[in-house]
Amino acid sequence: MKLKKNIATSESGFIFNPATGDSFSGNAIASYILLAMKNGDTEAAIKQNILQKYEVSPEQLDRDWDDWTVQLKEANLLESGTYDSI
Amino acid sequence: MTAYKHNDLCIGVTGLNANDNPGPGVAVIRALKEGLGIGVKIIGLSYESLEPGIYMHYLVNKTYQVPYPTAGTESLIERIRQIHEKEGLDMIIPNFDAELYNFIKIAPQLKKMGIHTLLPAIDQLLMRDKVNLAAFGWQNNFHVPADHKLLSEADLKAAAEELKFPMVIKGKFYGATVAYTLTAALNAFHQIGSAWGYPVIAQQYIKGTEINIAALGDGKGNNISIVPMRKLYITDKGKAWAGVTIEDPALIKLANSFAKATKWNGPYEMEIMRDGEDRLFILEINPRFPAWIYLAAAAGQNQPVSLVKMAMGEEIIPFNEYEAGKLFIRHSWDHVVDISEFQQFSALGEL
Repeated sequence: MKLKKNIATSESGFIFNPATGDSFSGNAIASYILLAMKNGDTEAAIKQNILQKYEVSPEQLDRDWDDWTVQLKEANLLESGTYDSI
Repeated sequence: MTAYKHNDLCIGVTGLNANDNPGPGVAVIRALKEGLGIGVKIIGLSYESLEPGIYMHYLVNKTYQVPYPTAGTESLIERIRQIHEKEGLDMIIPNFDAELYNFIKIAPQLKKMGIHTLLPAIDQLLMRDKVNLAAFGWQNNFHVPADHKLLSEADLKAAAEELKFPMVIKGKFYGATVAYTLTAALNAFHQIGSAWGYPVIAQQYIKGTEINIAALGDGKGNNISIVPMRKLYITDKGKAWAGVTIEDPALIKLANSFAKATKWNGPYEMEIMRDGEDRLFILEINPRFPAWIYLAAAAGQNQPVSLVKMAMGEEIIPFNEYEAGKLFIRHSWDHVVDISEFQQFSALGEL
């Protein structure tokens, strides 16, 4: 799963897709995950980091991750085809 | 060549109205002042006494009233001759659809007077006319909505049979209403027809994302500049009140295909609807700068300045980049002037 390369994100969680003009606001955890994804961190690494920082079970995190992926896909923020591999 | 060479030009600009359906004039002037320097002299050409640009003395050096397009080319050239004798115009940039025909017709006379223009040819103007848009699109493999030309209520009912509801009722020059019922469509047909004449156009409604493209053609099948903008806030008249520049190769390709098909000379705006299947429908081609043209300048492509340089005979290198993510947010401003200014313009036709 890869973010489209031209997606602009900020530390405040603001996301801008310059191809469509769509913009979104995310919270602190969204901001962290987006930054990690842009840096090329793997899904496993991002999840591991979240598990260390937050009180969340791996099962709950997996469910939330699936939901996150759907949201990114619906927002047209993922490189075509890359979400199929998760 | 630098802006310095052009900073003493005298340029006539129309379209000084700046209401909720603003003309492009004020934005064009803003781009010219920014790109050519404050030394450039701007002569406003106005049709009515309450066009706000008349009173914006920080942008417009002097404004003259000009006859309505319906008065014909003789009246227009005579008035411009009077203005030219006083001001020494180097160039005129017309910014209204309805006046373009006359300006194209008198362009050779203007040139003899030393006044430059950069305008499409009459046949280019006609091929993108709303009345001819569907045929133009089909001939050139562009996606365009189906449409009907309406001269009577019977025509409208026949159009409704084919296009279904909602459908869009449009005027020849301005005005568009999305009609959801036959009653609403009939009202819009009569209202728009009485305002802008016939035929009125019934157009297939395309649901999607509204995008506009501001471009400048070189008359040889190429574009000097292309800047696409996604509408973010749309008024009840369908006008962008806020928008953001976007980057999408498909939009650039579409504008280049249009320039190639038409050999368009001068500025134009493509009104696009991207539907759910990612198809780009051309809803309209406006043969002039859009009212949001300053955004293109702010994003790195100052089209009005390029237009001036082209009109003055300069070779222009096409732009190849602009900044995506530049946002414009239009606003209203109560500009206060003394009644004597209004009185002077109304009585004497100049200020």
